[in-house]
Amino acid sequence: MFFRAKHLSSIDAGHYKNTADCETKVMPVPDVVKISMSQNIGAPCQPLVKKGDTVKVGQKIGDTDAFLHVPVHSSVSGTVTGIETMRNAMGGMDTFVVIAPDKLQTMDESIHKPEVTDHKSFVAAIKESGLVGLGGASFPAWLKYDPKNLSEIKTIIVNGAECEPFITSDHRTMLEDAQNVLDGAQALVKYLGAEKAYIAIENNKQNAIDNFNKMIKEQNITNVETFPLQARYPKGAERVLIYEVTGQQCDAGVLPAALGVIVANVTSTAFIGQYLKDGVPLIKKRVTVDGDAIKNPQNVQFLVGTLVADVIDFCGGYKAEPKKILLGGPMMGRAIFTDAQPLVKANNAILAFTAEQALIPEETACINCGRCHQACPFDLLPTKFADAYERKDVQMLRDLKVMQCMECGSCSYVCPAHRPLAFMNKLGKAMVKEADKNGRK
Amino acid sequence: MAESRTFKTNLQVSSSPHLVTTLDTRKTMMYVLIALVPSAVAATVYFGAGALLRIILGAFFAFASEWCYNRIMKKKDTTHDLSCLVTGVILAMNVPANFPVWMLAIGCGVAIVIVKCLYGGIGRNIANPAIVGRIVLLLSWTSYMTTWPLTRFQKTADAVTGATPLGMLADKVYDQFPSLTNMFIGNIGGALGETCTIAIILGGLFLIWKKIISPIIPCAFIATVFVIALVYYAVNPIDGYNAFHMALFHILGGGVFFGAFFCATDYVTSPIMNRGKLIYGIGCGVVTMVIRLMCSYPEGVSFAILFMNIMTPLIDRYVERQFYGIAAAEKAAKKAAKEAAAAGAKEAAK
Repeated sequence: MFFRAKHLSSIDAGHYKNTADCETKVMPVPDVVKISMSQNIGAPCQPLVKKGDTVKVGQKIGDTDAFLHVPVHSSVSGTVTGIETMRNAMGGMDTFVVIAPDKLQTMDESIHKPEVTDHKSFVAAIKESGLVGLGGASFPAWLKYDPKNLSEIKTIIVNGAECEPFITSDHRTMLEDAQNVLDGAQALVKYLGAEKAYIAIENNKQNAIDNFNKMIKEQNITNVETFPLQARYPKGAERVLIYEVTGQQCDAGVLPAALGVIVANVTSTAFIGQYLKDGVPLIKKRVTVDGDAIKNPQNVQFLVGTLVADVIDFCGGYKAEPKKILLGGPMMGRAIFTDAQPLVKANNAILAFTAEQALIPEETACINCGRCHQACPFDLLPTKFADAYERKDVQMLRDLKVMQCMECGSCSYVCPAHRPLAFMNKLGKAMVKEADKNGRK
Repeated sequence: MAESRTFKTNLQVSSSPHLVTTLDTRKTMMYVLIALVPSAVAATVYFGAGALLRIILGAFFAFASEWCYNRIMKKKDTTHDLSCLVTGVILAMNVPANFPVWMLAIGCGVAIVIVKCLYGGIGRNIANPAIVGRIVLLLSWTSYMTTWPLTRFQKTADAVTGATPLGMLADKVYDQFPSLTNMFIGNIGGALGETCTIAIILGGLFLIWKKIISPIIPCAFIATVFVIALVYYAVNPIDGYNAFHMALFHILGGGVFFGAFFCATDYVTSPIMNRGKLIYGIGCGVVTMVIRLMCSYPEGVSFAILFMNIMTPLIDRYVERQFYGIAAAEKAAKKAAKEAAAAGAKEAAK
């Protein structure tokens, strides 16, 4: 277009927010937890415990000397029954600490309210809390809150958009944990020296927006504001959100901090609010369980390391044979091959689809309709990426700016020929990365 | 405990997204067919059952061509996407109401087999099949393609055929011009689908409302024809008609509306990006008017669309892309480079 639009392109992927009114149920301690040592982007942790050890709730069981990491804490009290290496939800191999809980949930003695007085102690506390970005990317939160240009940080965006269909766990957090969200947002503003925090919420969650507005008014909070977004996909993607709230364009590979913005997921923010009060590390999380194969779709609070199958059993089990189980939303979530998979900190939804709901129609020929381009928030040309990828034309992929793609899946969603465009974008990106690494043209 | 329980394994794994739209190619083509219904009704009203018969036969011939081609070439049957029906109906709407049926069959065969299937099927053709089919018919049987039956409201005892408004313009018989109202409601001679402008607009608005087509191409096309006619007749006036009248005459008296809404918007042969669509629409309008005003053909819409069809890859390639995050950065870099160059030149001048 000739002018910069107020909003980036987006799609209407349906909402399917079936569980928005389901109050969160706390799941009882399961019979076994398997806690992954690799809960964040970056280096995996080394187990600090061995088979036969007794552990307590909140005890640190994994840590490493590597820079990019967060420690892992036990979510239960009990006995370590083994250190296993098994396949994770991403398809790679990971170390898991397997614990048989004693179901007493004895708290570790070391847990106490963190002493936070300034930015440095705030970052140290967040690092100890084991917080990762709970929006799905699992980026170590402490590093995000410790930007090099701390003095330039002006804006905190609390991401409560939750644009993925089906998922309502952030929505429930905003309703049930509203005070913690506000406290967390204020803590972020205070310790990062920002001017304002915006809680960005899609306008299909009007009750959450109203609730926050009421509380902000009642408590006379001046540095936190709500920011209603269009209820369209993918408004909650970090780079889209920054544009919608501040009007700034954040290039791929540039940290939002460079623009003076820090984006924090609303559940992360609520956790910060809670953590600064009681010091209990990140061991439990809210997850939406939905899909047409689930008997009682609802929101569940699980302990990190709980098996997917246990959560589904808690929701009444399967009412039909599942064909596909997703961790995360249907647009960017990962399909897992078995429900014996344990949950990690960043999981926000379990969706079990029957063959009918999981069906992706057969691919047909591209008709050049350009819907993928119209849908792309960054105005990229997914159909041309696919062509270039099939020709193995790395230079063309670079010229088309394939690395800008954030894999939101909007192109695949709207394609009338049902081409797996987002998948081919991922392959194209991998091809460019590979070529860059090898210094090949 | 946990060891003894059974888990679901071998679940289906695939790359995200796991949810896709229900709007597929078949549904898209279905919407186009629905949008063509008003024009088909208007054609039947004005030209009789023969018009409807030709539209149905056009669809049938196109369907049969594609089905037979796939059968003979041992390819997977692709007729279920219904795009062949759209081609057939559009081609049939581009011929006179008394056009011999066997010629229509040949036109459909050329459009589907040569222009579409031999290039690799839907999505691979370089030109709009219906437009090429029409041009082949026009060049092969020019007299049949340019003898226009009158509508049932115009017919008299001794006249069953007549010229189109554009034909009258080319023959300089200005006193026979139909009224603009008649041209708008379609009570004029012409190809059976393209005369009734109001029916075409109805169908076009339906497609825009359903987001099947973007309004950019039709608007740019029609506006360009209008503006060029306005300027041309302001400079070279015709006795009795002002420039505004002649501009309306040009957009109503031929295939501009039908071409703009149903032929130029063909996905495969029009640019993807909005800016490209604008260039394409304006290009269609310019070429149409160049042919109408300066060449020996009275009508130029189909040639204009064909011309812009083959320009489409070029347009798509050279339209400046504005990516999020990139455009601003590149612009700044360009500006900096320019300033540096200017500073360098200044230094050299000193």
